[in-house]
Amino acid sequence: MGAPADQGLIVRRIRDGTVIDHIPAGRALTVLRILGLSGREGLRIALVMNVESRKLGRKDIVKVEGLSLTREATDLIALVAPTATINIVKDYRVVEKRRVKVPDEVVGLLQCPNPTCITRKRGEPIKPRFVKVSESPLVLRCVYCGTKLGEEDIVRQFEGAH
Amino acid sequence: MGSLRGRDVISILDFSRDELLALFERADRAFNEARAKPLRDKVLALAFFEPSTRTRLSFEVAMKRLGGETIGFSSEEGTSVAKGETFADTIRMLDAYADAIVVRHKYEGSALYAAEIAEHPVINAGDGRQHHPTQAMIDLYTVYKLFGAVDGLTYGVLGDLRYARAANSFVLGLTLFRPEKVYLISPPQLRAREETKEVLRARSVRFEEVERLEDVLEELDVLYVVRIQRERFPDPAEYERVRGSYRVTRRLVESKAKPSLKILHPLPRVDELDPRLDETPYAAYFLQARLGVPLRMALLLEIMGA
Repeated sequence: MGAPADQGLIVRRIRDGTVIDHIPAGRALTVLRILGLSGREGLRIALVMNVESRKLGRKDIVKVEGLSLTREATDLIALVAPTATINIVKDYRVVEKRRVKVPDEVVGLLQCPNPTCITRKRGEPIKPRFVKVSESPLVLRCVYCGTKLGEEDIVRQFEGAH
Repeated sequence: MGSLRGRDVISILDFSRDELLALFERADRAFNEARAKPLRDKVLALAFFEPSTRTRLSFEVAMKRLGGETIGFSSEEGTSVAKGETFADTIRMLDAYADAIVVRHKYEGSALYAAEIAEHPVINAGDGRQHHPTQAMIDLYTVYKLFGAVDGLTYGVLGDLRYARAANSFVLGLTLFRPEKVYLISPPQLRAREETKEVLRARSVRFEEVERLEDVLEELDVLYVVRIQRERFPDPAEYERVRGSYRVTRRLVESKAKPSLKILHPLPRVDELDPRLDETPYAAYFLQARLGVPLRMALLLEIMGA
C-alpha cells in the first residue's frame, strides 16, 4: 500500500523506498534513531505523527525514499514499535510487506542498565548483548549480568540518545 | 578421564545434578589421585582482580597437590591493569601462558566475557554479585558429606541475598536437586533477586521468603549464612541502615534448632555468626572451608582432562 487516501494531502506516495506504518503514536523519531537516520544522509524522509488509525487509534508513519531497508534493520524497529508494518516500495508499487519481529539477539545497540555489568567497564572492547526472553510483553536479558530490559526501558534508551 | 574436560565454569546452572554428584565422588578420591601428580605438566592462572583468601589459596593448594604450577596475581596493583590495560588483554596474556584461568572480578559477567576471549577453560571465582559456582559446589558437597544427600532437606538461606553471590549460587545449585523446602531469610532491603526466584519457580522448588530466622529455625536441616556485602552497596548510607540487622546466636540456635541442624557459611564472617557456635556440633563452616581443597582438586582434574 502507499499512503491511505486521507493522508494523501499530507504526504505523497513514494516512488522507491520503505514505508513504516502502524508505529505507536509519538515513536516515529525513535524509529528513525534505531535505523540510524539523522536526516543528514540526504534521503527524502516523510514523518507523519498522531494520525488516525483503525487498528491503533492513533499512529505514526515514516517514509524513507531511496532506501530499501533490510530485514535485519526493520526487525530492530520491533524493539520500540512492535505493531509496525513494513512496506517496500518499487516504482510506486508495494513489492514486499513485512511484519517486524524482535530478533533473538540484540548486539551492540542497547546499554545494560546495571552499572557494574562488564559491558559498562570503561575502555573495555565489549559489545552489550541481549537475548529475547519474551516478545509480548517485550523482555530482553543481558547475557553477561542477567539484568532484564522491558519495552519502557528500551524506548527510554533510544529517546535519550542523541 | 574427566567428563568436564575443557568446560568453562561460569554458573552453577551450567552443570547437571549427575555431573555434580560425579564431581563429589571424585572429590572423595582426590587426595588418593593426587599421589601420582596427574597435573604435573599443567599451569593454572589465578587472576584475582578482587581480594580473596580462601578461594585463591585453595585453588593454589589444589593445583600444587596435583603436581601443577600456578601463576597469577591477587590484586590489580602491581599489574598492567593498573597501567590501564583492558581486562580482555590481561585474559589473552594469561590464556597464552596457562592451561586454565581462574578469574575473580567485581564486574558481573566478567567470567563469561573472559571465557569468550580465552581458548582455555575459564573458572569463575566470583563475578561481582552474580555467580560463585565453585563455592556452591563446595557448599553442596559439604551437605552431601554431612547428610549423605542434598535432596529432601529443608534449607534456610540467611542474610544479604541481594548482593551475596555465594548465597545466590547456593540457592541456584539447590534447584538442581530436590530440596524439601528453601526459606529465603533476609531483611526486606536485602531480599533475593527476582532472577533467582524465577529460577526457583521455573524448577518448581518450594520456597518462601521470611524476615526472621526465629520463625523458621526449628524446621531447618541446613542453615546457610552470608555476611552483608558491604563492598557491593552503591550507597554507604544504605549499608549503614542494614548493618547488624541479623545475627545467629548460640542461645537462639540451642533453644530452637533441631539437634541435627548444620550451619554453613562461605566465610569470611563479620558479626552475623556468633563465634561461640564454633565449638558446637551445629558448626559445619570450618569443614566446609576444608572441603574446598578436595572439591577444587576434583574440578581441576575434570576440566584439565586428567
